[in-house]
Amino acid sequence: MADTPRRSVLRDHPSVLWFMALLGVFTLAVSILAEGFGLGVISTSLVKVLGMTLCLCLLAVAMDVVWGYCGILSLGHFAFFGLGGYAIGMWLMYARTEILVRESLAAGTIPPTEAEVAEATAAQIFGVVGSSELPAIWSFAHSLPAQLALVVLVPGLLALVFGWLAFRSRVTGVYLSILTQAMTLALALHLFQNDSGLRGNNGLSGLQNIPGALDVPQSVIAMWFFWASALALGLGYLAFAWVVSGKFGSVIRAIRDNEARVRFLGYNVEGYKLFVFTLTAVIAGIAGALYYPQAGIINPAQVAPIASIYLAVWVAIGGRGRLYGAVIGAAVVSLLSSWFTGGGAPNIDLGFYRIVWTDWWQVILGLGFVLVTLFFPRGIGGLFDWLVRKQ
Amino acid sequence: MTALLEVSDVHVTFDGFRAINGLSLAINEPELRAVIGPNGAGKTTFMDIVTGKTRPDSGRVIWGERSQSLLAMSESQIARAGIGRKFQKPTVFEEQSVRENLAMALKARRGVFSVLAWRAGPQDAARIAELASEIGLAERLAHRAGDLSHGQKQWLEIGMLLAQDPRLLLVDEPAAGMTPAEREHTTRILKSAARTRAVVVIEHDMEFVRRLDCRVTVLHEGRVLAEGSLDHVTRDARVIDVYLGR
Repeated sequence: MADTPRRSVLRDHPSVLWFMALLGVFTLAVSILAEGFGLGVISTSLVKVLGMTLCLCLLAVAMDVVWGYCGILSLGHFAFFGLGGYAIGMWLMYARTEILVRESLAAGTIPPTEAEVAEATAAQIFGVVGSSELPAIWSFAHSLPAQLALVVLVPGLLALVFGWLAFRSRVTGVYLSILTQAMTLALALHLFQNDSGLRGNNGLSGLQNIPGALDVPQSVIAMWFFWASALALGLGYLAFAWVVSGKFGSVIRAIRDNEARVRFLGYNVEGYKLFVFTLTAVIAGIAGALYYPQAGIINPAQVAPIASIYLAVWVAIGGRGRLYGAVIGAAVVSLLSSWFTGGGAPNIDLGFYRIVWTDWWQVILGLGFVLVTLFFPRGIGGLFDWLVRKQ
Repeated sequence: MTALLEVSDVHVTFDGFRAINGLSLAINEPELRAVIGPNGAGKTTFMDIVTGKTRPDSGRVIWGERSQSLLAMSESQIARAGIGRKFQKPTVFEEQSVRENLAMALKARRGVFSVLAWRAGPQDAARIAELASEIGLAERLAHRAGDLSHGQKQWLEIGMLLAQDPRLLLVDEPAAGMTPAEREHTTRILKSAARTRAVVVIEHDMEFVRRLDCRVTVLHEGRVLAEGSLDHVTRDARVIDVYLGR
């Protein structure tokens, strides 16, 4: 057998090249058409929606690796995404509030001490939950590098500890899904409490204002985040394509299909699962840290279990076990969702009944999920197989 | 010569049923050994115990020069120690190609990061090609394993077992569903493997066992009933009793 021993990921997987090209063209097109530096055809709010969609696509790719490739139906990856958002949100909110507090205190005759600034900042942030103390978890909120590290560390460590406990006990399948959902629910309930130290159900807000760039118009900031999101998606996609292309990808797909058999080949299945679970949680955290500054606000409802279920639905509709399937699913479903629920679709008055899309979208989505699961188990991505075969 | 594998006085009970009841046997290296016995004699359970799938209630399972206890090791540690297994029902990874199946089994470091960095070198590709031709799948390396016939899946699993390069091969009914010519081939492979390592074959088919031409262990009700050459054990009154009716 003629066998080229060294093969590049790109040559083996033309879809990666196609994806990178399409992402590049899309990014360029939006840059040209947007308000920030271009023609102004695309509004800043739409640029933000598109940038956020790219972050969701990255999250979906991570979900696809952990579920579609490794067979772990995690209902916690949106929580990791949210934790990334909270980690960066703390710095955004603290640093900006501190600037505002300094400005208002500067009006006084005596210059404020650092302690006074810190106290006033804490009071400003936590007044809404009836507190003026800065909780211990905000100890590093003044430091951007520290909070950036936490974007990676908080989801990563949570996934590592949780995954270690769960995989070590050989909890698999639906039981593992329930366990991850319980983790997500516990986290959301904790965040909802006013004394959680993260402002309870108010969440963190004003995240679209970037300290140090408060004079920069939102149209420009939107472009910065859009580019950062496109870059993160591109790099994340490449990294995951590399991870799943080689023998590692082979082993995790084998774990998905028959993990007991993989053990008898000498692979430590738990170690592999833990690595994939933690790595994807970290990427989810990074995606969240790019998403929430564009959304402007994060609150505990974002972390609730339903969000992680939606994430699984996107990946299932897009097509499990192929990275571009996850991207298609996340992009199509989340954009349709914001179109239907954001009043984009005109309600239809039938006389005897009025179709309100914000209500009916859930039904359409649920029905779509059932139909895809029953008739197109490979999802939208499966259409590509069909097209390739027809050629 | 000390034994490579030594099983002594092992007991296993499943819901009150004594599957293994005081089993003791030793395997040398190199050696070819056939294990026969009626259904429910504990043949497959024996392999489950050695590979770590089933934990016995009592007894000892000792491995290698350093006399490690296999009972304290996980399935993957046991496999890395040098024990390979072929299952009764061929279990290959159907969604993946023949090449990917073999590459996964190929002897190499099994750690997460070693595997992440692994890319098939020229020796690996050559070894995979060699194995594939040995199991008659050279033309099908790029095919999905799920598209193979039942017999070819048996072959692929034998190939994966050889790829692991284990010191002890546990082979559960390798000839099931094979044509006479394929059985002949299987016999050759097992015998050649047994020249340098220990091979234990579970088999129902007496004709196949005769062709292996090796020491035979007869299991009955979870313990060793008789051991010796095939002619010796088939003359044993208790064996005849167990096999031919009571």
